[in-house]
Amino acid sequence: MARIQPTPGTDGATGPDGDGTGTGRRRKAVRYAVPVAVAGVAAATIGITSAFAGTGDPDLPRISAQDLIAKMAQSDTQRMSGTVKISTDLGLPSLPSGASFGADGKDGKGGKGGGHDGGKGGAAPSPESKLTELLSGTHTLRVAADGPDKQRLSLVERAAEYSVIRNGDQLWAYDSASNTVYHSEAPKAPAEGKGGKAGQDMPKGLGAASPQELSKKVLAAADESTSITVDGTAKVAGRDAYQLVIKPKQGESTVGSVRIAVDAKSGVPLKFTLAAKSGGKAVVDAGFTKVDFGKPSAGTFAFTPPKGAKVTEADEKAVGAGRDHKNDHKSGLPEALGLPGVGGDASVAPEVTGEGWASIARFSAGKDAGTAVTGKAKSGAKGGEKNAADAGALLDSFGTKVSGGFGSGRVFSTKIVNALVTDDGKVYVGAVDKDALVKAANAAK
Amino acid sequence: MSRAEAAPAGATAVPASAAARRWGLSLLISEVTTTFRRWRTLALLGVLAAVPVLIGIAVKIETGDDGAHGGGGPAFISQVTNNGLFLVFTSLAATLPFFLPMAIGVIAGDSVAGEAGSGTLRYLLVAPAGRTRLLFAKYATTMAFCFAATLVVAVSALAVGALLFPLGEVTLISGTTIGFGEGLLRALAIAVVVALSLVGVAALGLFVSTLTNSGVAAMATTVGLLITVQILDQFPQLSAIQPYLFPHYWLSFADLLRDPVLWDQVLRNLGLQALYAAVFGSAAWARFTAKDITV
Repeated sequence: MARIQPTPGTDGATGPDGDGTGTGRRRKAVRYAVPVAVAGVAAATIGITSAFAGTGDPDLPRISAQDLIAKMAQSDTQRMSGTVKISTDLGLPSLPSGASFGADGKDGKGGKGGGHDGGKGGAAPSPESKLTELLSGTHTLRVAADGPDKQRLSLVERAAEYSVIRNGDQLWAYDSASNTVYHSEAPKAPAEGKGGKAGQDMPKGLGAASPQELSKKVLAAADESTSITVDGTAKVAGRDAYQLVIKPKQGESTVGSVRIAVDAKSGVPLKFTLAAKSGGKAVVDAGFTKVDFGKPSAGTFAFTPPKGAKVTEADEKAVGAGRDHKNDHKSGLPEALGLPGVGGDASVAPEVTGEGWASIARFSAGKDAGTAVTGKAKSGAKGGEKNAADAGALLDSFGTKVSGGFGSGRVFSTKIVNALVTDDGKVYVGAVDKDALVKAANAAK
Repeated sequence: MSRAEAAPAGATAVPASAAARRWGLSLLISEVTTTFRRWRTLALLGVLAAVPVLIGIAVKIETGDDGAHGGGGPAFISQVTNNGLFLVFTSLAATLPFFLPMAIGVIAGDSVAGEAGSGTLRYLLVAPAGRTRLLFAKYATTMAFCFAATLVVAVSALAVGALLFPLGEVTLISGTTIGFGEGLLRALAIAVVVALSLVGVAALGLFVSTLTNSGVAAMATTVGLLITVQILDQFPQLSAIQPYLFPHYWLSFADLLRDPVLWDQVLRNLGLQALYAAVFGSAAWARFTAKDITV
């Protein structure tokens, strides 16, 4: 069969010299340079934009740390809306899913997160419980506020959204993935009574993840044990900001530094970064990617439960949340950051030793907890012994054994919070290193 | 049109170039009609139209006794019983990962290789339109099929949704409520975004199609590539390259149902599709215009 080659006139390709000669082959090769060039240009563009994204610190007049904190305190921004990106890496050991807080909605892009499947009987998870989902991976939040009694916060999920909307004394939570609604009547005057700044009256739980709330708690916990400096400037969400750096002075603290980017104009914290002393990825990195200080549209805060959605009314949950918050100032940073399992669920109110960043909460988890954790059940029942031993073996994989004047126990570590569980059921928790926990346990003996 | 082609055509004679352009348009029309008259194309569209019917009936039967739904299954399925318009979103979310791109892969893979395989490509090339023009006509036809396929799913879903479920005000996934008219507009916007999401796979299919003379091989390769990439997109270990895989942002069309609309990923998706179209489109051009057609 005759070969049909590209038409010289219309395709301008091979030319009259035809197949097999050097020029023809070279011209063919040149054509393939086009897709390669397109791909190359695209790759270069992506590389250049990401390389230059972090540079270009704005030129701002110098400001002292005191003035900057005062500016933050005076900030009376009531109206704002924006998108917040929050990444957390607590350095938790990987537990079997469901065994740990937040182990299910792990990466936020894993489709429907475990939080929604069965088991919950279709009831909307309350805002407090949703907070645990933020404890690992990267999440996008959208916030909007208009005055002290209109706020909205949504957790953006893949093809779904979990929104908490507060309008006056009405508090709604809507979970679009399961089409369920949670409703409660929020008290008009918030219990904390710390003034009327945007975002601070956010519904408890999810609201704790906003840069403002995180910054406020850290500044509240700051005292003589803290060094606060202004370290240059940065651009956050397209706005000029000062960088406030907070460092604990105590050597035993596991916290490396806390950086807060404060908007130069309004004094609103735009970015919050908590780094561990051990280095690596930031433990918490929450910042606005987009922010707008204009008035959000009124419809933003209006919510009517959609037809057919299942509405769960709030019950004692609100009381529980209130109790959690009372503990805030007592035990320093761990609770200030809203880390769960650090005392909220203890049967007895924790005793606090140490000061500032190095404070350690001590509580009794009961004899049973101690033996279960250490795997040294001495009960007569054989089955129980075996189970406890199994549990002990499992726990051995993520706890390290320690012993000292207090006896012996296990230390469970994350990047920031370490916990010592002694064999006799005492628990010591703090944002301090292992030695400090052992010292505290010895001192208590 | 590429400069490489325009320069020599303009140099010879202006009337010839005008004639070629006219011929190019009629080539496009004839390509589109041939493609859409094929039984294969109609069968694909029929299958796509059946998907919303199946989903609609399944949801109707399943939730007939109890309205509660755990939230599993494709996106938006829990809202379908209360608003038929959500069947459009559910159907698009259910068909976008495999059904739609597979249909596109079949049409795109067949476009050049099928003609070469059946021996009709050489007759198309005898006409003075040139290869670039023919390739453009083929790609435009595939794009037309992208839009047709998406519209078939959306319209079928809307019809089934209206028949089986109530219609009315739409509660967006952010919890705000909009009227039904605006809901329809958003549905249309979503259909357009979904159709444009398929641009990348269409270009990939066209490129594969120029590599072989067997239509079946080209279709199988395109669909195989699609499945491979979809699987790669699932591994958390590959998160560094995932933003550059063409299906990565497909489900971002759901962001159009937020209030306010979250554009980031939608725009990133469209940009990525344009990039795939540029790279594989030009690769297809490089291959096709330099190829010897032996059959």
